[in-house]
Amino acid sequence: MQLIWDSLSAAIQLVMTRDQAVFAAAARSIWISTTAVALATLIGLPLGVVLARTRFRGNRLVVLAFRVGMALPTVFVGMVCYAMFSRRGPLGPLDLLYSPWGIVIGELVLAIPIIVGISHGAVKALDPRVAETAWTLGAGPVRRWATYVSEARVGVMLAILTAFARCVTELGIAMIVGGNILHRTRTLATATALETSKGEFARGMAMGSLLLIVALVVTSLIGWVSQADERA
Amino acid sequence: MTRQLILCPLFTAILLTAGCSSHRSPRLQVLRLATTTSTRDSGLLGVLVPRFERQQQVRVDVIAVGTGAALKLGEAGDVDVVFVHARQAEDAFMAAGHGIRREDVMYNTFEILGPSADPAGVRGLDPASALQKIAAGGFVFVSRGDNSGTHKREHLLWKKGGGQPVWTDYVETGQGMGITLTIADQMQAYVLTDRGTYLRFKNKIDLAPLVTNSPDLRNPYGIIVVNPAKHPAIRADLANAFVDYVVSADVQKRIQNYQVEGESLFHPLRLTGSKEAVSNQRSAVSQKDLPSAGH
Repeated sequence: MQLIWDSLSAAIQLVMTRDQAVFAAAARSIWISTTAVALATLIGLPLGVVLARTRFRGNRLVVLAFRVGMALPTVFVGMVCYAMFSRRGPLGPLDLLYSPWGIVIGELVLAIPIIVGISHGAVKALDPRVAETAWTLGAGPVRRWATYVSEARVGVMLAILTAFARCVTELGIAMIVGGNILHRTRTLATATALETSKGEFARGMAMGSLLLIVALVVTSLIGWVSQADERA
Repeated sequence: MTRQLILCPLFTAILLTAGCSSHRSPRLQVLRLATTTSTRDSGLLGVLVPRFERQQQVRVDVIAVGTGAALKLGEAGDVDVVFVHARQAEDAFMAAGHGIRREDVMYNTFEILGPSADPAGVRGLDPASALQKIAAGGFVFVSRGDNSGTHKREHLLWKKGGGQPVWTDYVETGQGMGITLTIADQMQAYVLTDRGTYLRFKNKIDLAPLVTNSPDLRNPYGIIVVNPAKHPAIRADLANAFVDYVVSADVQKRIQNYQVEGESLFHPLRLTGSKEAVSNQRSAVSQKDLPSAGH
């Protein structure tokens, strides 16, 4: 119980003193994860819709692959990215190792299956009359797909939120690919882990709470933009 | 719906450009240093690195991982210089040609902590015997279990005592020293730690140093320049500059004066005339006792 009280006072201290390192880590986390999720949405959302609406041989297998991808361990993704971005690796010259961009790409790999998997499910679950109506009204394919996304916006919003949550809290990629380098690749999640390993539990918990607040802000924003909670 | 269709790509474009501009800082040269978590946690690098960065107009990226991982990064050529404390592994690293220059830097000490009541009765013993006594009595011992410098020293001490017995209360955490100490504290167990981490955790845990002050508990640090032949991107010039900096008299004095909790933690090995520099050649836990292959 003492620990909870200590962490509360540590949290207040963090905010009052505008702890530079912590706020920088928070900003970095937000930027990295938002970029990764935004890119993942641009890539994954159309993919999810196409998978839900087109019939082709192996469709089920592809869907299965993306669903399995939702459970990728972050350390595994981190190690694969390390092998790719290492100086000896195929993408070595791109200088992605120990840079924030490396983490963005790693988190992209994490986020795409989530976006594809959940939006696929959401579109698949649409009332068939939505598609029929779109067809009969003469909508072209792009217009039709935009309609599906619009109708399935709750699911799409949840896909984006889930992807963001996974990205902003992940440790494996930020540690292995990012290196947890001070002022460069330290995210809020890795900073929290660092404080915990140093025995600074109250500070660690305070940072964890800050992470929750970040999640709260982003969740509200995404909800507002997608208008998912308005009556359809 | 159109609002979202336009907003999303626009938003992404903004993020990408924001990212590009903020990370395209003036093209400073970058030195990549791999070191251990305990070295980072001691805070010493926070004192030494910024001065070097200013003097040389270089940015030093410090990547702190376990000793094994740090050496592996050096082997892969992903870092330019490696700063660890595992003499045997360092020698193997050099022998395999992964590094072109190695220098002694400093040493600190290990100690064995345990409950103040000391049920195993190891207070004041030499470390190898203490470990054997703990095992013989079946008391709980918490190990790093992660191939770190501390873990390697534990291995050496077991070997010196005649081998490592197997008993159920031998606990391996696979994590850093801080977390390992916390776990040992919870279990009121025996644990081998470096003095620096102990000092920082003194007020958080309820364990006492029982075995200290032995030549077998000296923990020497070495710094190695990674072989630039591995990859053209390796900055051997910056690495050598950093090594020169660390063994320079001025920095060695700073190392000597660096304190944690009011105590000088590190003993420099390169201060001319210091007897440590000489005696380090005859370090008590010497490689010849053990198989030459590294870990």
